[in-house]
Amino acid sequence: MADPGPTQPGSPPSGPVLAAPAFVAALRARGFDFCAGVPCSLIKGVLAHLTDLDAQGVLPYVPAAREDSALGIAAGAYLGGKLPVVLMQSSGLALSLNALVSLHQLYGLEVLLLITWRGYQGRDAPEHVVLGPLLPQVLDTFGIPHRTLLPAAEGGTPAGVCAELDWARETLSATRKPCALLVRQGAL
Amino acid sequence: MLCREAVAQALEAFGPDARFVCANGYISREVALCADRPEHFYMLGSMGLAASIGLGAALAQPEQTIVVLDGDGNVLMGLGALAVIGARAPRRLYHLCLDNGVYASTGNQPSVAPQVSLEGIALAAGYARALRADDAVSLSAALRELAAGPGPAFLRVLIEPEAHPREFPRIAPTPEALRDRFRATLLA
Repeated sequence: MADPGPTQPGSPPSGPVLAAPAFVAALRARGFDFCAGVPCSLIKGVLAHLTDLDAQGVLPYVPAAREDSALGIAAGAYLGGKLPVVLMQSSGLALSLNALVSLHQLYGLEVLLLITWRGYQGRDAPEHVVLGPLLPQVLDTFGIPHRTLLPAAEGGTPAGVCAELDWARETLSATRKPCALLVRQGAL
Repeated sequence: MLCREAVAQALEAFGPDARFVCANGYISREVALCADRPEHFYMLGSMGLAASIGLGAALAQPEQTIVVLDGDGNVLMGLGALAVIGARAPRRLYHLCLDNGVYASTGNQPSVAPQVSLEGIALAAGYARALRADDAVSLSAALRELAAGPGPAFLRVLIEPEAHPREFPRIAPTPEALRDRFRATLLA
């Protein structure tokens, strides 16, 4: 499900709200110490940095074969004392729902889902336009609390990203169930 | 060989220090019936993710011996995880596939495992070793060989489908209790 990002000819290039090293440092500062996932082009900077840190032995990033497998790996890591993050695009969430309900929610296993919001407002490659607008509804239906990281053009700020990470950490501790941060294009 | 004989041999061969991730369905119930210990994690749902959970636990706690007691249906569903296990190569991860060639928990519908070299797939995926045992005697030798060397190692154990499975007691501890006790043994 790793595919190119949405093409929006004419849209001005803009940097991420928080550069990849700063974002990953902010994750680590909140105790997240294990990553697994399937890539998305919207967060390729974050993924490149995670891949470097994994190679350096600083922070594990396991490139999984499927998103539900990434969740299984995260569940095992959590049982082994880690606080995991699973990165995926919205299509991966659809693939992962059984793992989320019959593993993480059933046993009470913490995991932060970092989900790139493909198909936002129905604008994206064809394979993303059906699920995209439904994404918050899917998360609500499955009882997965979520917040959204916005691009700078819509008010996203570094402090705002850190505030959402604080929310995620507190929500995980309070519920011991998965929660999600949706990543809009340009946020990271 | 019956599933219960294979389970008893596997628990005995790896001893009290190993931690076991047990696939959902009859495998978890066979293990719980044979010996219910905090070192056993019983999957209730999330079919296909036993190997992924084992991998996550092995990466989080590389000094612990992690044994995945998997089934052919689970392995087939999560084949991608074998490649990730081969790539990350945790040296204390042992992956047993109790292969009866059927989906026993749902009424013995055939799987395609009899037509597939699961041990060949494991080897091709990068496992350090892959063995196969066809009966109780060869299982005893294979388990000794398996446990004596490094992982990731795969052992396919051919067992008989059972026409009229016994009435199993359900797994007694709550999912949260299974989490807490298994986590405590992994962190010990």
